[in-house]
Amino acid sequence: MSDTHAQSVPFVRDTMLPQATPPLTAQGPVKWVRESLFSSIPYTILTLAALYLIYVLLSGFLPWLLGGVWTTSNIRECREVLDGAPGGCFSVLSERWNQLLFGIAYPRDGYWRPTLAFILLFVAVSPVLFSFVPRKLLFLTALYPFIAFWLIWGGSLMVPLAALLSVVAGYLVYSKLVKNNFAVGFFAGIATALVVWILSGFITPSLSGVLALEAVDSRNMGGFMLNMILGVICVSLSLPLGILLALGRQSSLPIIKLICVVFIEFIRGVPLITLLFVANVVLAYFLPPGTNFDLILRVIIMITMFAAAYIAEVIRGGLAALPRGQYEGAESLGLDYAQSMRLIILPQALKISIPGIVNVAVGLFKDTTLVSIISMFDLVGMIRGPILASTDWNGVYWELWGFAALLFFVVCYGISQYSQWLERQLQTDHH
Amino acid sequence: MTTLSDPQQGSFRLSMLLNDTRYRSYTFQFVALLLLIALMAFLGINLMRNLAEAGLNISYGFLGVPAGYDINQSLIDYSSQDSNLRAAMVGIINTLLVAFLACVTATILGVLAGVARLSKNWLVSKLMAVYVEIFRNIPVLIWILMIYTLMTAVLPSPSAFRGDDPASSMFLGAFAFTNRGVYIPWPVWGPGSMFVVATFVLSIIAAIAYRRYAVKLLFDTGKLLPRAWPTAAILILPTLLAFFILGRPVSLDYPALAGFNFGGGLQIGAPLIALWLALSVYTGAFIAENVRAGIQAISRGQTEAASSLGLRPKRVMNLVVLPQALRVIIPPLISQYLNITKNSSLAIAVGYADITATLGGITLNQTGRAIECVLLLMLFYLTISLSISAIMNVYNTSVSLKER
Amino acid sequence: MNKSVFFGALTVAGVLAGASVAATLDDVKARGNLNCGVATGLAGFAAPNSNGEWEGFDVAVCRAVAAAIFNDPQAVEFIPTTGKTRFTALASGEIDFLARNTTWTFSRDVDLKFDFVGVNYYDGQGFMVPKALGVSSAKELDGATVCIQTGTTTELNLADYFRNNNISYEPVPVETNAEGQQQYLAGACDTYTTDASGLAATRATFENPGDHVILPEIISKEPLGPLVRHGDNDWGDLTRWVLNALIAAEELGVTSANVEEMASNATNPEIARLLGTEGTLGEMLGLEADWAKNAIAAEGNYGEIFAKNIGEETPIGLSRGLNAQWTDGGLLYAPPVR
Repeated sequence: MSDTHAQSVPFVRDTMLPQATPPLTAQGPVKWVRESLFSSIPYTILTLAALYLIYVLLSGFLPWLLGGVWTTSNIRECREVLDGAPGGCFSVLSERWNQLLFGIAYPRDGYWRPTLAFILLFVAVSPVLFSFVPRKLLFLTALYPFIAFWLIWGGSLMVPLAALLSVVAGYLVYSKLVKNNFAVGFFAGIATALVVWILSGFITPSLSGVLALEAVDSRNMGGFMLNMILGVICVSLSLPLGILLALGRQSSLPIIKLICVVFIEFIRGVPLITLLFVANVVLAYFLPPGTNFDLILRVIIMITMFAAAYIAEVIRGGLAALPRGQYEGAESLGLDYAQSMRLIILPQALKISIPGIVNVAVGLFKDTTLVSIISMFDLVGMIRGPILASTDWNGVYWELWGFAALLFFVVCYGISQYSQWLERQLQTDHH
Repeated sequence: MTTLSDPQQGSFRLSMLLNDTRYRSYTFQFVALLLLIALMAFLGINLMRNLAEAGLNISYGFLGVPAGYDINQSLIDYSSQDSNLRAAMVGIINTLLVAFLACVTATILGVLAGVARLSKNWLVSKLMAVYVEIFRNIPVLIWILMIYTLMTAVLPSPSAFRGDDPASSMFLGAFAFTNRGVYIPWPVWGPGSMFVVATFVLSIIAAIAYRRYAVKLLFDTGKLLPRAWPTAAILILPTLLAFFILGRPVSLDYPALAGFNFGGGLQIGAPLIALWLALSVYTGAFIAENVRAGIQAISRGQTEAASSLGLRPKRVMNLVVLPQALRVIIPPLISQYLNITKNSSLAIAVGYADITATLGGITLNQTGRAIECVLLLMLFYLTISLSISAIMNVYNTSVSLKER
Repeated sequence: MNKSVFFGALTVAGVLAGASVAATLDDVKARGNLNCGVATGLAGFAAPNSNGEWEGFDVAVCRAVAAAIFNDPQAVEFIPTTGKTRFTALASGEIDFLARNTTWTFSRDVDLKFDFVGVNYYDGQGFMVPKALGVSSAKELDGATVCIQTGTTTELNLADYFRNNNISYEPVPVETNAEGQQQYLAGACDTYTTDASGLAATRATFENPGDHVILPEIISKEPLGPLVRHGDNDWGDLTRWVLNALIAAEELGVTSANVEEMASNATNPEIARLLGTEGTLGEMLGLEADWAKNAIAAEGNYGEIFAKNIGEETPIGLSRGLNAQWTDGGLLYAPPVR
């Protein structure tokens, strides 16, 4: 016992041990897996449940997607080809591709027109959406409505040209007069535009053959194109209307305020489908006898009013969020109401409201599917009506609904990602 | 805004209506009012002319006339000989039913998904992100139709349960999932069942009283009474006792095949389920985002302070984060409820007999009274919306009062 | 401000359109085509084919009217309507002529202010059930789930029939025939009820039509006919007589194949009057003299239209039955063309 003591050698460490690498279980992917997937027993159970869920979903979905048939011409052939194997009859998409996108009645040799209009849409909106795109391209944005109208509805180029001419004339008058008085400039501008438009009405009919595309009635629009048309037109029309409503609701004039509040609350209080019923079955009674608006126009009016009420609320939020000093600063500079709104308040308020407006736009775009309920053949209407009713494709559900869902998802997810990106961009501006 | 020196007091010129800020606002309002009246008159006169031309009139007499059609799902007694008004009442109740059910499940789903999305478990949070993005970005109408198709095309029809060797069998022998709906057992209230129910209500009150007493005792003396098992005992035992003493007055009615359909039990129709599920998952995705935003709005300092007090993560969430987050979450939550109610009008796409499908659908078709029906329909939704906004305003004021 | 803009737009539209408050025929002529309301898709009666062209029994009536007016059977704009939207579409002037297997009833004629211009198909409501169900009479359908198109008379007939027979049922309302078909095939309802012709048309599109039977009970009278707005009697007369011309043509043996020849050397005075070589019937309607010739040439006479779209040779396979000429023991009876 005692001699063990004699053999012991005193030891003092005089150098630092080199830092050991963390154990294998606490670094790299292993650590990540442990911490983010299996940190405790409940989490482990959750992870396993989630993995099982993913497995179940994918094991059902992948064979269906990958084993799909793309080339048969009806469901019976497709089932023969599949012969009991799991797989989707995606041939309904390839066979009815044009109907899904353009509806049943759009001229077949004119499919390039809406397609081109769709592509141009990206060019036209890019200077609005992205600040790094040269400002000069904004003139394309201004031209776009006229080009798109000509491409999609066809007819002589002279009609949109005349419309463009009257808008330009109106704008010129407006910009001449606006320095003195906004109201005078505004109304004079509108009056000029109207006069030029009416005057051109005497010339365009004689030029109806000039640069004419085959004219297409709006009731012949259908498929996903109809959703896009309704979405784009209604959002762009509802923006100015929404700004006016928001200004009216914030206004100090009691009567105007009351009108706007009642309008906004009424529209927001009822479901869109009832407004579409109005467009479909009631509106005609309120128009002069013999007026024959076509259904798509009535629907556009109603959806625009619907969207305007929601956008007005978003912009009102933007207006309210501006510091009081901005209003007072504008007033102290001696600007009148129109000037201070136009030059100081609205540019800032709109900037704050952009994410909200984008959300409304996404919601509105999704809501355009409701027109299928009033027997319009949009994408959903095409699927529920002519395609599922046809003998060839009765019973092909998931391929069609999946396709519709995918199209909407791509567009809506894209827009909402843009909105989030924009929100980040705008946030950095404040720092 | 009065100017410093008011020139020419009292001398009013017509041009001042346009140029003087004091009068200009009156001019504008007057013009706006005039235009509004003109618009109303224009629409009104057109309506009169159109109606006169078509030989129609506005009359609500059709509401008292027998409706003539049957409704498949109704919480109140209804037959085809009842009036259109009663059919509309059936519709209103059905709208409120599906809206209520969807609000409850959407909230549960949304809160779970929103909290899970903030989870440290990577897989779960990503899965929830996928759920939210997929369901938010696809129109609710497509969801309703897809789930309805799922119900009708995938689930077996009742005939699959028939025969000696049926293709499908009932779940646990009590639940039947068919493409016409789900059939579940439902209690039958025999004589004396009122006592059982009364006992149960009393025991709920007793359980609450016991918990209050336990809390009071804890605060006063520091003695910690057990809470979970006595509560459960108070809730269950007296009721069970009453149930057996009274000779089992309440029995379950099990669904069973009878003729073409299942009979007995409670039938929840496929349209109701499709609408309910679709509205829940769709709105749940939005609520999840609201919940996430609400929780993230609570500054980290709150969580850290709570943790430094020694609270465990669950209690941090329950006692510190959620109460504060709720203030942020509830206003958008209520507007989501409003959206559910409005979106329930899409019932018409799957044949669920809500107010849009009865009053705005079949009644409108059969009587041809389009203007009256659509007007009443809008009035109903407007009433609902305005009452919900009123509740929201009351809530907002009550919350803002507590702020310092 | 927004109100004023909206108001302005409306007035402009009103001024532009208000000028043309006139007879329907003038409107149609000015527009250059006929707006015809049809079903959203019912095989044999009105459905777009894979080229997007409308075809069917009701569609042919529309084309005949267009041909009578414009001598061009293609001058028709087909506007698909559901059971719900059809009447408002007609009442509001969105369509000039509704040919959508619509039952002629008292309340539609009198209360809804429409004019039925005739009957182009005598129908009745029936039930279709899967053979496997083993049902041979509608009276055995106690407790059944019934798929039914909403907004149609069938909905009311169904309620009446089951109440009279003191049996119960559970309705599954559907918007379109396509949906009804889906629900029925998926087994979400035991039986599908609509007009017997519609049942036959629907059954014809099934993969195995033989697995389904149409029950013998016809529970209602469903005279289906085209209709127009009440009040414009000239327009009503025109459409009524186009339909009658088609029926008379069959009776007189005028077909799309021989109509030219018959017109050039008509011996029968009634044929001559019908085809416009004699008398001024066209002028009385405000049309060209050869209106009926064009209408018949468009899609053929009633019998040809029937045979081509829903007759026994087609997949729909309907026999003439009540819809035979009165000379053959049917109900079709065109008033004299004189």
